[in-house]
Amino acid sequence: METTHKLLRKESLEKLYNHLSEQRRIYAPVKTSDGKVEYRYNPDFPDVTFDHIRSTLSVKNLVFPKVENLLYYTSTKTETTVTEIDINKTKEVVLWGAHPCDTAAFDILRSIFCWDINDEFFLKRLEKLIVIGLGCKSSDEYCFCTSVGLSPVSSKGSDILLTPLKNGHFRADILTEKGKKIAASGIDLFENYSNDEILVTEVKQKFAHDQVTGKLATVFEHPFWVENSLRCIGCGACAYVCPTCACFDIQDETKGKNGRRYRSWDSCGFGLFTIHTSGHNPRSVQSQRWRQRLMHKFSYMPERNNSLGCVGCGRCSSGCPVDMNIAEQLETLQSI
Amino acid sequence: MNNLNVKARKLLETKVVGVVIGFETGPTGIVRPAFITDPSKADTLIYDEHCTQNLAVYLTKPEVKKLGKIGIVAPLQVMRGIMMLISEMQITADDIIVLGISSKGELLEISDISVMQGLIEKSELSNPLKDKELLDKLTSLSREERFKWWQNELSKCIKCYACRQACPLCYCTRCFVEVNQPQWIQVQSNTYGNMEWHILRAMHLAGRCISCGECGRACPVGIPCHLLTMYLADETFRYFGVRAGTSDKMKSVLSVYDPGDKENFII
Amino acid sequence: MPEFEPKIVAFVCNWCTYAGADLTGTSRIKYSPNVKIIRFPCTGRIDFMLLLKAFANGADGIIVSGCHPNDCHYTSGNFHAKRRWIMFKELMDFMGIDMNRITFSWVSAAEGAKWAEVVNTTSARIKELGPYVSYKELVNRPIEEEVKNE
Repeated sequence: METTHKLLRKESLEKLYNHLSEQRRIYAPVKTSDGKVEYRYNPDFPDVTFDHIRSTLSVKNLVFPKVENLLYYTSTKTETTVTEIDINKTKEVVLWGAHPCDTAAFDILRSIFCWDINDEFFLKRLEKLIVIGLGCKSSDEYCFCTSVGLSPVSSKGSDILLTPLKNGHFRADILTEKGKKIAASGIDLFENYSNDEILVTEVKQKFAHDQVTGKLATVFEHPFWVENSLRCIGCGACAYVCPTCACFDIQDETKGKNGRRYRSWDSCGFGLFTIHTSGHNPRSVQSQRWRQRLMHKFSYMPERNNSLGCVGCGRCSSGCPVDMNIAEQLETLQSI
Repeated sequence: MNNLNVKARKLLETKVVGVVIGFETGPTGIVRPAFITDPSKADTLIYDEHCTQNLAVYLTKPEVKKLGKIGIVAPLQVMRGIMMLISEMQITADDIIVLGISSKGELLEISDISVMQGLIEKSELSNPLKDKELLDKLTSLSREERFKWWQNELSKCIKCYACRQACPLCYCTRCFVEVNQPQWIQVQSNTYGNMEWHILRAMHLAGRCISCGECGRACPVGIPCHLLTMYLADETFRYFGVRAGTSDKMKSVLSVYDPGDKENFII
Repeated sequence: MPEFEPKIVAFVCNWCTYAGADLTGTSRIKYSPNVKIIRFPCTGRIDFMLLLKAFANGADGIIVSGCHPNDCHYTSGNFHAKRRWIMFKELMDFMGIDMNRITFSWVSAAEGAKWAEVVNTTSARIKELGPYVSYKELVNRPIEEEVKNE
């Protein structure tokens, strides 16, 4: 779909925000009292931040929540009744102010959740999601979107992308049918754009991902894995904050006769992630688990899903208690 | 930190140890744990006020133990961690060489465990000042306010278990939460389940916490869970007069008893 | 509006308090019917998580009772329990859980009257405190709201 750039004035931002939140929930970033950035439902416009580099948690919660009921059941002496979740009850939600790394993640998640069968829960949530992207005017040393084929102004995954301009207004790109519907919904806020200069940060490329993918196919037994994973403590922080990590655990919880089956986030970094019922654990050592993480994202996924498993947002590295910096490790790997 | 680098290099060159665990500055300037096996890399070891990770957490990992005898850079909280691990029979004094670091950042000569014990006993063992202030602020709130405060904090918990993994004393190969016969703690993250998890962890660390604060620092969403374990460390001292990690013969407070324990709430 | 009848769960040891409660019954002493007794071999067996689970499953109050110090059937079980309760009580109070709703006591097999007194005073106190609404609300919070409240 061809896009012509439009102009959205600073003053019209609040009007757009309020219009969007009139009939839908809106998920927008706010700064918390301890200096972190958190996405919350329906904050007031003055609290919404436009200056953030990254939020602590990703926004995958909208399509892959940290806990999601799958079905309910009731057991009596003679039979068990299963009640399905009515996914049609899923409500529309607007994701406001998501940077290009986060918006690109939705496609990657789709390649995982619709790999062999279509995950209905995920798809319905994605269908009801409207993404208003926000280009990046600042970045830090953890960002590496340009190393994974993205950029601070990439339009991948956004329905409407707002890029900050040097004059304080925004360049708006209406990219999808969903975006078109919003723009045409009687608000008339998008004006003609006359090539005002964009205010966008520069993210230096740290490595070439296709080179890394090629290298990974040859270094499975390399001592690099042990040397560089000794300090990993094996928590789930990197997987949980990552916008593209999608491993989950399914559990049943029963109270008396009633119960529910739910799925919740899981991490391949946990020691018992791969333990078999026999007690055998094929990935019993952290180096094997660390290798799995990097190879899954940069070798197995390109091979099977035709997409990288990483968007270069840097959350894993900035959230890691022991500085397991994925970009640094891949840079080193590239030159082995 | 020259003395440390010289000593580390010597230990590796003479093959007294197979690895020296210390701190280094990563390429982005962040201080992080370092594992030096090559004597020529011993100069990368540093020590400053950013060296907060508790290195004792690596002493119970099989892949680290495999490297041989371990030289470990040990500021106070690591020394206390080592003491606890020895008293709980997870490591022996012969498995390690302690490169003690004083509160001023100088290398200390530690020839055996009794020397380390003496150093620990002379140090400030109560909770760090910043955390003492937070604890005081919380205890000055009313009970209902505290309940709301903790609910608010624990609703953020995503059950990543970074707190557990960063703690040198959480070394169980199968944690309580990973047992499902019965399932005491829910797998998912929800405020009530998160509260149960943190209560359980604090109680399992009652009398064992060495007040390093790593659990709170490791938390990616910024929950001060170290306040729970540090609070109990304070209470252990108040009621039983002991602090964890001060002796290799100490038995953990909840696994022993004294008929003379005083309390005022049992009728 | 029917008067609030508290639900109280009692964790008692088999050798002293349970026998004491038996004696209360055989002595025909009347006491508050709100209590459900759970029998343990010893107070040392009582895991602190069980108390939390009791609150989570609808209890408004809890009684934990066992043999007097030095009288434990297993010699030292109640000493361990005492230490555990000291730490648990402090932690619970720090987290803001209402410790007024939990009664700890030593009731021997000969103290039928004391058992009745413990139950009656606890029951009266819980009646006054009312149902443990804040805890129940926390436990019953639906998932959808949890995820919404990011």
